[in-house]
Amino acid sequence: MAIELKMPALSPTMEEGTLAKWLVKEGDTVSAGDVLAEIETDKATMEFESIDEGTVGKIVIAEGTEGVKVGTVIAILAGEDENASDIEAPAAEEASDEVKDVPGEGKDVGREGNPLDVDKPASKPRASDPEVPEGTNMVKLTVREALRDAMAEEMRLDDRVFVMGEEVAEYQGAYKVTQGLLDEFGPKRVIDTPITEYGFAGIGTGAAMGGLRPVVEFMTFNFAMQAIDHIINSAAKTNYMSGGQMRCPVVFRGPNGTASRVGAQHSQNYGPWYASVPGLIVIAPYDASDAKGLLKAAIRSDDPVVFLENELVYGQSFEVAQLDDHVLPIGKARIMREGSDVTIVSYSIAVGVALEAAAELAEQGIEAEVIDLRTLRPLDTDTILESLAKTNRLVIAEEGWPTCSIASEVVAVCMEQGFDHLDAPVLRVCNEDVPLPYAANLEKLALIDKDRVVAACRKVTYKD
Amino acid sequence: MAKTSTSKSSESPQPATEEGAFPLHSLQDALEKEKRFKPSDEQLMHFYEQMLLIRRFEEKAGQLYGLGLIGGFCHLYIGQEAVAIGLQSALDNDRDSVITGYRDHGHMLAYGIDPKVIMAELTGRAAGISKGKGGSMHMFSTEHKFYGGHGIVGAQVSLGGGLAFAHKYNEDGGLCLAYFGDGAANQGQVYETMNMAALWNLPIVFVVENNQYAMGTAVRRSSAETEFYRRGTAFRIPGMDVNGMDVLEVRQAAEIAFKHVREGNGPVLMECNTYRYRGHSMSDPAKYRTREEVQEQREHHDPIERVKKDLAAAGVEEDKLKEIDKGIRATVGEAADFAEKSPEPEANELYTDVLVGEY
Repeated sequence: MAIELKMPALSPTMEEGTLAKWLVKEGDTVSAGDVLAEIETDKATMEFESIDEGTVGKIVIAEGTEGVKVGTVIAILAGEDENASDIEAPAAEEASDEVKDVPGEGKDVGREGNPLDVDKPASKPRASDPEVPEGTNMVKLTVREALRDAMAEEMRLDDRVFVMGEEVAEYQGAYKVTQGLLDEFGPKRVIDTPITEYGFAGIGTGAAMGGLRPVVEFMTFNFAMQAIDHIINSAAKTNYMSGGQMRCPVVFRGPNGTASRVGAQHSQNYGPWYASVPGLIVIAPYDASDAKGLLKAAIRSDDPVVFLENELVYGQSFEVAQLDDHVLPIGKARIMREGSDVTIVSYSIAVGVALEAAAELAEQGIEAEVIDLRTLRPLDTDTILESLAKTNRLVIAEEGWPTCSIASEVVAVCMEQGFDHLDAPVLRVCNEDVPLPYAANLEKLALIDKDRVVAACRKVTYKD
Repeated sequence: MAKTSTSKSSESPQPATEEGAFPLHSLQDALEKEKRFKPSDEQLMHFYEQMLLIRRFEEKAGQLYGLGLIGGFCHLYIGQEAVAIGLQSALDNDRDSVITGYRDHGHMLAYGIDPKVIMAELTGRAAGISKGKGGSMHMFSTEHKFYGGHGIVGAQVSLGGGLAFAHKYNEDGGLCLAYFGDGAANQGQVYETMNMAALWNLPIVFVVENNQYAMGTAVRRSSAETEFYRRGTAFRIPGMDVNGMDVLEVRQAAEIAFKHVREGNGPVLMECNTYRYRGHSMSDPAKYRTREEVQEQREHHDPIERVKKDLAAAGVEEDKLKEIDKGIRATVGEAADFAEKSPEPEANELYTDVLVGEY
């Protein structure tokens, strides 16, 4: 059977090229791998190889021809049982049988999708926190204990759950979050890793792909930058790239944000980084109850979760309901304090700052509503917008840089979806836009504090 | 051997007693004793069919790329067929797992996965194995314990470490076969993983598919130690130096390595020396090597020609092989038709599979 040789596309963007030179002539015998011609693309001169055996029957496009469209028949190869001289060139109109760009069946380069065809899933109402039955005993727990209890409870329930990271086992945790876990669960399930973040993040991610439920602790999220490829490229994208075949139920957890006097490399909030990535769940709790309930939910989630804690909050105590199974919904913000004059949106350690500011504002006759986002992705925009509709004024308090921050995202949400409710511009109260300095006075100047939040709230309520 | 004069070395093998000899050579010694696996006639024929399927599939993929039906990057496995077939034919598919990089078509075909759903993934169609959302570099079959298909060079090695970790944790007796190239062999995380795999005695076989070029960079231009099988020495991982152009030698090496790992001895590092005939990806003009070098490999080291010779020696007629080739061409042709004609994903698929849960 005669084989039509067509002008090949030799790069993802090539649509036509120049047939620079034929290296065979009619009647030549060729075998697989022989170079037939040289073709110039927009990027390079490429050799065009034969993948079949046969005899060159007809050269249809002469060398030196420019602008030969991809898919045009350039030569005919006679098969084993044919006489090359019998081969006829195809009629001129057939010579350009370029693959048409027909949606659903054609070639795929540069096609524009029709947005009207796309049925974007509507956001659903989010689950609320389960009711705590009346008479439930409340206990005081530090955030550190709450996190440990969450892991221990989930490890008791599910053999697939294990904890790995630097100093998590014998040292009992660099920040003592994993204290006692080795004693209860043994070295098979509480695993000290070498200092090798990229490697163990990959091993944790791979173990999740293999059906386990790893909790990977980073001593701090600053060190997770060495591992961010696995968090994003391996964990977040695999379910999508595999058409839903490959789950990756891993939790990456550890302290995030500014600690105390440790300088620039150990002090950064990665919330906005991870929250920008589809395929990830990002949680950043403030108090002990949320830390426990959301970490348990994170470990049970079938999706990869980045769980951002804060070292400065680890030792703070909060009331936690003493329940057999205290699990909270991912993706739901929490109203920490109700108010009617201004909304303060916050998360993680900055919630404490926002609450302090709200107390001071109350003394000045301004009632602030404080929202703890708790989950940064997916973001509970409904709760933000409902509060905005009530107060008409909004400030974001974020312990992190202002540029491309969660605060920036909340501002965008307010502009796009809450514009008609706004009586004042939305203000961001973030850290200063500098690497964190070491000197005590400079560090203090760089970080958000109550006074700045109060000032912003007074500004949007036109008190100043 | 596929070690060409342009690549890592042309010197003859050093006797084990000389200075600089590789200390962790017990598995290599076992291989030297009996270099080639002795297949049954049926097995040999099956190797031939599988390798030829990969070759014809990849040739067709190259053609479809040329027609604009396959987009983006497309890395062909032509020339390297003996590696995937030699190794994967020795697996216990009920428990073992495999992971590789982006040059992954051959490893999937080695499982006997329908060429149609692989080709349809290459053309980005709904019937593709990843629903058209992964493409050439991102294909998976969890059903077969094939875990991809990964686009970031070297990332699959630590992920493979995790799969091996899961085998050990679950005590399922399985091992992970983690492939990477000579380029990926210079990534730091490969060694982070070797360290932990040896430290924790994980059931993993690291396979360097040394095709002599990391994109356009020859091994000797990128690597201080070009004998990749020696690179586990720092972690006390035994190494094996295997002719990746001979499916029977690869299979023999696999038998030795898998036995070692299954007996609880921890990881093995195997270097399979092979050669890719085509460019790194379809848009590679391959100016970094001569045509003569490629032709020399094709003419004198081709893994499929080698099996053909073994089959001839076993008394299989040339006509029989032609018949098989014809059948495989037809299968591949059907896969290509299917991949061209089946519909693209529905627009709504844009939003599916981002997350598993609802929040």
